[in-house]
Amino acid sequence: MAEDVLAGAPESGPAPRPSGSGRPFLDVRDLRVHFPTDDGVVKAVDGLSFSVERGKRLGIVGESGSGKSVTSLSIMGLHKRGSARISGEIWLGDDELVAADPERVRRLRGETMAMIFQDPLSAMHPYYTVGDQIMEAYRLHNDVSRRAARKRAVELLDRVGIPRADARVDDYPHHFSGGMRQRAMIAMALSCNPQLLIADEPTTALDVTVQAQILDLIVDLQAEFHTAVVIITHDLGVVAELADDILVMYAGRAAESGPAVDVFTEPRHPYTWGLLGSVPRWDRERSERLLPISGSPPSLINVPPGCAFHPRCPYADRNGDRSRTERPELVEVGPRHLAACHMGLEERATLFHDEIRPKL
Amino acid sequence: MNAPAAGGSSSPAAPPATEPLLVATGLQKHFPVRRGLLQRKVGAVQAVDGVDFEVLPGETLSIVGESGCGKTTTGRLLTRLLEPTAGSVVFDGRDISHLPPRAMRPLRRDVQMIFQDPYSSLNPRHTVGTIVGAPFRIQGVEPPGGIRSAVQDLLSLVGLSPEHYNRYPHEFSGGQRQRIGIARTLALRPKLIVADEPVSALDVSIQAQVVNLLEDLQDELGLTYVLIAHDLSVVRHVSDRVAVMYLGKIVEIGDRADVYERPMHPYTVALLSAVPIPDPRRGRSRARILVTGDVPSPLDPPPACRFHTRCWKAQEVCRTVEPPLEEKTPGHRVACHFPETGGAPVVELAAPAPGEAAEPASSRPPAE
Repeated sequence: MAEDVLAGAPESGPAPRPSGSGRPFLDVRDLRVHFPTDDGVVKAVDGLSFSVERGKRLGIVGESGSGKSVTSLSIMGLHKRGSARISGEIWLGDDELVAADPERVRRLRGETMAMIFQDPLSAMHPYYTVGDQIMEAYRLHNDVSRRAARKRAVELLDRVGIPRADARVDDYPHHFSGGMRQRAMIAMALSCNPQLLIADEPTTALDVTVQAQILDLIVDLQAEFHTAVVIITHDLGVVAELADDILVMYAGRAAESGPAVDVFTEPRHPYTWGLLGSVPRWDRERSERLLPISGSPPSLINVPPGCAFHPRCPYADRNGDRSRTERPELVEVGPRHLAACHMGLEERATLFHDEIRPKL
Repeated sequence: MNAPAAGGSSSPAAPPATEPLLVATGLQKHFPVRRGLLQRKVGAVQAVDGVDFEVLPGETLSIVGESGCGKTTTGRLLTRLLEPTAGSVVFDGRDISHLPPRAMRPLRRDVQMIFQDPYSSLNPRHTVGTIVGAPFRIQGVEPPGGIRSAVQDLLSLVGLSPEHYNRYPHEFSGGQRQRIGIARTLALRPKLIVADEPVSALDVSIQAQVVNLLEDLQDELGLTYVLIAHDLSVVRHVSDRVAVMYLGKIVEIGDRADVYERPMHPYTVALLSAVPIPDPRRGRSRARILVTGDVPSPLDPPPACRFHTRCWKAQEVCRTVEPPLEEKTPGHRVACHFPETGGAPVVELAAPAPGEAAEPASSRPPAE
């Protein structure tokens, strides 16, 4: 039984439990999502574990093709059963989602977990009013009249900061600006008070001043509803501002994870160093050159053997042949801080302090 | 970088000795909006509405702003992919604002463009050799040693292998495609390159590679860049001077250090404070200045100062009198009736100077 692994999980009913008791609210264990294609098996996610408590925010960072969106779609149960091979466990409260009946997952989706997508224009139906779309989600999970659902939609739009919500509820998505559409989508996601909110690049399509508004809104609502939030992004600035914990993904696996402050200030994986070196920092003295990672992300059909990062890693040679042959496991490098690298921990600490940090 | 209070511009301003390579004066572009059977003109999108600036040889001038502020249109006016509604663009001493295409063609050697999307800006049915060699063929230039070897030289210049000559764009990753686009841009050794969001479609680790490449090429070939971007961190890294646009107007322009460390226009201050900082300890401790709402429509921009609808310092005069773009310190021009003069670096901004403003924005709740 999987519960044995999870320390002290109380056997309780499906009702929402008080926070901080026993096992994490969302617990992903050894998730694998493979897509068989004509060219070979795409191993989009290949052995990923993480967890999020209610009231906490986890930031998943990675480049395109690192498997971050595939992970979120697996949690939501949005992969087509035929085309994706999913294994591992995803625990949401007391439900295991990978093996669960699709009908059960459908009930949980929207009610217990909800998602905010990157592009609100394509995630909303252009033919229905914003209000209709919020009401549809709400009425699917709650047996209420149209009038009550409409009242709820207006309330929600008002809460996410849409001015004159009672009038705008009848507008179509194209009447809204990008920032307002994203607010409306957040309203839709929140309609049933979900306990888990997944935001996949929620601000990538938005301007920076609007992005700041939306991030603040997510933080406010999360505190208000005590939701567990998973925020997926490629923007290190966004996770730094938002996340309690950070998971750095590379080629379908976790390269490093831990409390946000530790991952940013004492990173222990060369890929994380590379990411930090790639972004110009305008809050610091201007550096002469950026420190990019050489090469490009690997194909997920032909993931490099051993450590997937070794072809781009400047330190791969330090470990003899190990980086090329043996896949490094996630090992604790500090309190709740894990990294998957063959290099000795001391060596990494010295490298980071002597060579990497002065140049960041 | 300790910022003195107002007045103490650190850099010796733009050396007036050098002739600017490009001068834009009162540049304007309105796109007519037509409706109905007769396609009557019912209004105009005032994409660019009177901007003035100059670009000095060898420098990088960045134009930043949010979507719809007119930065891309400005870039297209500079390269004359669009004809201005009013105003002029003088390139290398010659007014190119209304040149017919035939007269413009020889000038295209000197002014080139790098596009944002490396997927749609390369013809998928042409080989890399054809794509990068196209400028030679179109301009009728016969490089010494032939087109093939010139193209191969260009490929190695941008960090690709000369053997890629016969491959097709789909065989390359996004970063490599952007390099192909850059090689094509460099073929005729232009004087001015207008780069429209050259790295925003790329992954973080690849962005850094391309940014470094652009800097190296500038050093090596003495290029002048006009960079159009919305990523303020990248802009700070590469620019010598920065122009901030809002709804078709330049609201602030100056040396990088002036704009980033001593911003005077409230919009610049808000924009800078909204950028997330990749450091959890610093990012959360600073106070953000939140401007409320979205950018108004350029179809019907607010009168006078266009930022007054979102500005926490706005007063009556901002709604009636348009602030001119004035030089406040040497080389630092700002269009605002109540410019910020605090001088504190934005990163440590505690709150906007309350001063005369009736309602400081910081006391307002974050959402509308």
